[in-house]
Amino acid sequence: MSESDSLIIALSKGRIYKETLPLLKHAGIELVDDPDTSRKLILDTNHDDVKVLILRATDVPTYVQYGAADVGVAGKDVLMEHGGEGLYEPVDLKIACCKLMTAGRKGEQDVTPGRRLRVATKFVNSTRRFYASRGEQVEIIKLYGSMELAPLVGLADRIVDVVDTGNTLRANGLEPFEHIAEISSRLIINKAAMKMKHARVKALIDQISEAVDVHG
Amino acid sequence: MNNERWLLPEGIEELLPPQAGRLEQLRRAVLDLFYGWGYELVTPPLVEYLDSLLTGTGNDLNLQTFKLTDQLNGRTMGVRADITPQVARIDAHRLSERKTPVRLCYQGTVLHTRGDGLGGPRSFTQVGAELYGHSGVESDAEMVNLMLDTLALAGVDSVYVDLGHVGIFRALTQAAGLDAQQESQLFDALQRKAVPEIQSLLAALSVDTETRQALEDLVWLNGGDEVLDKARLSLKGNAAALQALDEVAQVAQRVSRQQPDLQLHFDLAELRGFHYHTGVMFAAYQAGQGRAIAQGGRYDDIGGVFGRARPATGFSADLRALAVLGVDNMSAKTETSIFAPADDSPRLIEKIRELRMAGQRVICELPGQNGDASAAGCGKILVMQDGQWCVVDVA
Repeated sequence: MSESDSLIIALSKGRIYKETLPLLKHAGIELVDDPDTSRKLILDTNHDDVKVLILRATDVPTYVQYGAADVGVAGKDVLMEHGGEGLYEPVDLKIACCKLMTAGRKGEQDVTPGRRLRVATKFVNSTRRFYASRGEQVEIIKLYGSMELAPLVGLADRIVDVVDTGNTLRANGLEPFEHIAEISSRLIINKAAMKMKHARVKALIDQISEAVDVHG
Repeated sequence: MNNERWLLPEGIEELLPPQAGRLEQLRRAVLDLFYGWGYELVTPPLVEYLDSLLTGTGNDLNLQTFKLTDQLNGRTMGVRADITPQVARIDAHRLSERKTPVRLCYQGTVLHTRGDGLGGPRSFTQVGAELYGHSGVESDAEMVNLMLDTLALAGVDSVYVDLGHVGIFRALTQAAGLDAQQESQLFDALQRKAVPEIQSLLAALSVDTETRQALEDLVWLNGGDEVLDKARLSLKGNAAALQALDEVAQVAQRVSRQQPDLQLHFDLAELRGFHYHTGVMFAAYQAGQGRAIAQGGRYDDIGGVFGRARPATGFSADLRALAVLGVDNMSAKTETSIFAPADDSPRLIEKIRELRMAGQRVICELPGQNGDASAAGCGKILVMQDGQWCVVDVA
């Protein structure tokens, strides 16, 4: 938890950042700096004591869990992978919506390789849980990006990734197979901040929830 | 050449001067405090058979416990990850002839298989106190007060204390008729205050509206005194939950009487140690620390498997963390050391013995050693004046 009466908000660049701004605005918080033009990693807002951190999406839960930020916005995909330990996730912001799915080469859904299925993903824990819940043991290959490539070059039989329109999959001769989870972004809160900055954090939660209802 | 031999395992720390001395001072002071409150010291073993070590705490501690095989009989032993279950065993079995309330305290090293992920330690110096044989709010309040006195003694200030009660959640899930799996899912969602998940879990069950609303409200029943009033409204249809709430309020009242300046807080959805706690729970936090610095609560009947089920409550803390967080107000009292010259005359030997008997610290010079009295950290020195060995300030 950050010191004293300040409030630090962790966001990730891109879609989550863009779609969170209107919600923050509803709560009276507006950014002074623009992360697309500024090279600063700690952005100022219209309140002296409110700062915004711009992080990699997978780092947001970590910063909030250990109190380097008081609150943050993280995708459910990232939270499922992180485990959510040490965090509160009270509000579904209903932004950055997509699906976590398995995918593979078009028409190969029922093709079994005669050995353990190899699955390439950056969502290692969610993938293991999903296949285990179906009674299937798979080999998981951890990748950091461009998952679509793995089935094309024979690195893996399947991928597990977030799918929005499915255009990238189709453009590479892949198609989505099984649905694992609906994904949207959540407002996450550091447990200690919830206790020790209670009034302030609770007010932010209420305002953001209200904004979700208005925008939703 | 292997030049990484000095590396210690991850999360395993050692203390050097002066921190080691500070920890030891604090340890003695805390045990003296416990003594003053009537708590008798026990020293449970570092390892014991796994099945007795994990009793009552279930899987909460299983993953955290290092295991080894006893070469004498092939049974699995565990290195304790928590001392409380050991003390509960002592009360239930070794001290079972005592029918009066039993107050026990302990200190010792515990080992965890996993750190907290933030470069946190895996080895702790746990101190704690346990009170067996009384089930009223008076013993819960005694525990909270003893915890607060321990923190004050360690020089930890601006403490934030949270009170809760597992009975509230238990009463509500019972009223809702949840099975073990549903309860576990709800518990998990509640620990993360994941409102959307709680709502969808409850929507899929046939739970009466009042209980469902109360379970949803639980998420936000945290904060100051106003929480108790809000909770009374929210729980009004459930007698067992109201009874639990009443216990929390009574403990709060008793603690406030002894600690008038302390602002108490409540979190009725905080269910740490849910699997073995049975009543009022409490934890102390300090600003800037994400985790509780001391915690405890009621765990009635845990000794049942050892032959005696009794009411029980207690608290524990990591003494190393307290030594770091607290303001050191003990070392200042340490008197400066005295340097004695390398001389084996009987009168000097006698003088040194007298000084040491009187509690002074005397360091003898070694012939030909490097450095003088100040280099040895001494502010005073023994010199011969008028045929007498006298202690004088270092020039």
